[in-house]
Amino acid sequence: MATLTIKRLPPEDECPDLSQHHNHMAKVLTPDMYKELSERCTPNGFTLDKVIQTGVDNPGHPFIMTVGCVAGDEETYEVFKELLDPIIQDRHGGYKPTDKHKTDLNPNNLKGGDDLDPNYVLSSRVRTGRSIRGFCLPPHCSRGERRAIEKLSVEALGALDGDLKGKYYALKNMTDAEQQQLIDDHFLFDKPVSPLLLASGMARDWPDARGIWHNDNKTFLVWVNEEDHLRVISMQKGGNMREVFTRFCTGLTKIEELFKNKGHAFMWNEHLGYVLTCPSNLGTGLRGGVHVKLPNLSKHAKFEEVLKRLRLQKRGTGGVDTAAVGGVFDISNADRLGFSEVELVQMVVDGVKLLIEMEKRLEKGQSIDDLIPAQK
Amino acid sequence: MPFGNTHNNFKLNYKSEEEFPDLSKHNNHMAKVLTKEMYAKLRDKQTPTGYTLDDVIQTGVDNPGHPFIMTVGCVAGDEESYEVFKDLLDPVISDRHGGYKPTDKHKTDLNWQNLKGGDDLDPNYVLSSRVRTGRSIKGYSLPPHNSRGERRAVEKLSVEALNSLDGEFKGKYYPLKSMTDAEQEQLIADHFLFDKPVSPLLLAAGMARDWPDARGIWHNDNKTFLVWVNEEDHLRVISMQKGGNMKEVFKRFCVGLQKIEEIFKKHNHGFMWNEHLGYILTCPSNLGTGLRGGVHVKLPKLSQHPKFEEILTRLRLQKRGTGGVDTASVGGVFDISNSDRLGSSEVDQVQCVVDGVKLMVEMEKKLEKGESIDSMIPAQK
Repeated sequence: MATLTIKRLPPEDECPDLSQHHNHMAKVLTPDMYKELSERCTPNGFTLDKVIQTGVDNPGHPFIMTVGCVAGDEETYEVFKELLDPIIQDRHGGYKPTDKHKTDLNPNNLKGGDDLDPNYVLSSRVRTGRSIRGFCLPPHCSRGERRAIEKLSVEALGALDGDLKGKYYALKNMTDAEQQQLIDDHFLFDKPVSPLLLASGMARDWPDARGIWHNDNKTFLVWVNEEDHLRVISMQKGGNMREVFTRFCTGLTKIEELFKNKGHAFMWNEHLGYVLTCPSNLGTGLRGGVHVKLPNLSKHAKFEEVLKRLRLQKRGTGGVDTAAVGGVFDISNADRLGFSEVELVQMVVDGVKLLIEMEKRLEKGQSIDDLIPAQK
Repeated sequence: MPFGNTHNNFKLNYKSEEEFPDLSKHNNHMAKVLTKEMYAKLRDKQTPTGYTLDDVIQTGVDNPGHPFIMTVGCVAGDEESYEVFKDLLDPVISDRHGGYKPTDKHKTDLNWQNLKGGDDLDPNYVLSSRVRTGRSIKGYSLPPHNSRGERRAVEKLSVEALNSLDGEFKGKYYPLKSMTDAEQEQLIADHFLFDKPVSPLLLAAGMARDWPDARGIWHNDNKTFLVWVNEEDHLRVISMQKGGNMKEVFKRFCVGLQKIEEIFKKHNHGFMWNEHLGYILTCPSNLGTGLRGGVHVKLPKLSQHPKFEEILTRLRLQKRGTGGVDTASVGGVFDISNSDRLGSSEVDQVQCVVDGVKLMVEMEKKLEKGESIDSMIPAQK
């Protein structure tokens, strides 16, 4: 922790007006807490104001609780724990400052998952994020740091072989043909437009040091320097989640080794698991899910309740904040922290299997009352 | 973004070449001027409030610009930015302001009586007249860099100053964050309301932080004098009215500004000004007078004449659509205003508008009668 040396007005004059705000940060930050924490900054110079800027600028919505704060480096979670611990607790189902998070990236521990009905499950996907220790995170990193992350990442990914062998496409010198192909493959990410991201400074210097790597088979994809240092995605058509998860774990473990060989670990600790930019992605940072046809079930009065009990969430097929099209939903795990990767993917596998059974029942005009699960 | 002075030191762990922005696809004033050597020289500097080179240039890095429209690509975070980063800003200023040299002196003249004529622009052609400028309050950081506390202090001071105005200047302040729906409707109908910036040029510079905290609009009861608080500058001051009496608009502008300045001085917070750059504002393009004086004028025939652009250039005027910067004209009505900001005085610039518009209206009338305007084409001012 360092002391902020810049001259400021007294904390009472600087404290944000959060009276119209609905986000986790606004629920937690009091004027007294502001006063205490505004004296501090991380060793890399990340301040309280920078942690909360996105939440101040984006008041949020009564129905959708955004997090309203970000980390600028690994130390943010320690230096500003008085603010972040309660937010983490609120966001991650009561996770306590003393809790330990379990990491399990052994795909052999997953039971089943290779036989989700492809008549219903159109595609399967698992994604997570990784931060590289020793560098500041996207809200705060300099161009030099971002480029160093890109260089390291491209070297590490370039050493992958077998079915993981692939190629890197830097955003800033992509050809039109490459761009079109990446769009067609649904791989291309664009400059963030969400005010939530822009307000935290993540889009600075775009598109410098941003890029997309993918394997030749187009089943393993890494985004470099978007919302996190790395976003790692394993995906394929159909319902073989087991295969997707196996590739995910194998690929991630190899990448982690390659980084370690270069003297760079991923940010991780036994309390928060993998450390990422947004507190909502702590722990596993994992969102595993399927695109699945549930036209009957989605209209059932108990659909939301069933999802909740299965610890799953629904999105449209465009991803977060999109609507479902043609009865096809994106169903994924709701949790990130406090459960391991295997546990979360198990929930998706078991839950989706059950949802499909329910869908089939409803197709035949039968009741699903006896299938309604207990709260997991 | 501001506030992390320790982070600038941390960045020095990386070599200058590693931090230097890639400006190869960029077309703005900053990109034209900033070299690797200049970056290396300036990167470890910061102003007394902690504003750094990367803060100055961020908007220009994030917005590469357009081959046809040269944006400035840099902003000041405080008064001292123009001194600490003069190696970068002087050439930008020179390029933007017609060759203005680091040794040049700027003349301020807010004596409306020095304006000749201007009270008789033909109201059949000139629909409205308007003069605006900006002012920065000494002792506070500028919108890209200021904290909530500073912004609120600027608002508080401004509201006190404005509320003490009387006579034709007596008015009321409407803070953005506690405006009623009715007030908002009225301000929109009056074309007074300003909204949260959406331009990526402004957003990248951090000017929209904490919106709408400490932002507001003050206007007099007559709705002819308007002040924006904490938008793109600490204050934007606007005098306007229907018709062609630019002299009256300019008189109110000068008188109002001077009254406001006096009150700020009494609180030991005068306006930022120096004899080289005139009034100091956030964007280097607004230095000097920060003044844009103009009219909405009907020129359907002249605007289609092949020499229209040339005439405007010679008269030191520019055209915009009636929605303001980067809008198109509608129904042959143009917003015509002075191009210059720095190196000529307020009176000089409004005189250009008055004389120039008078001439253009005469040209329009000639063209209506099917007559030639060749004998009227002016020399370069």
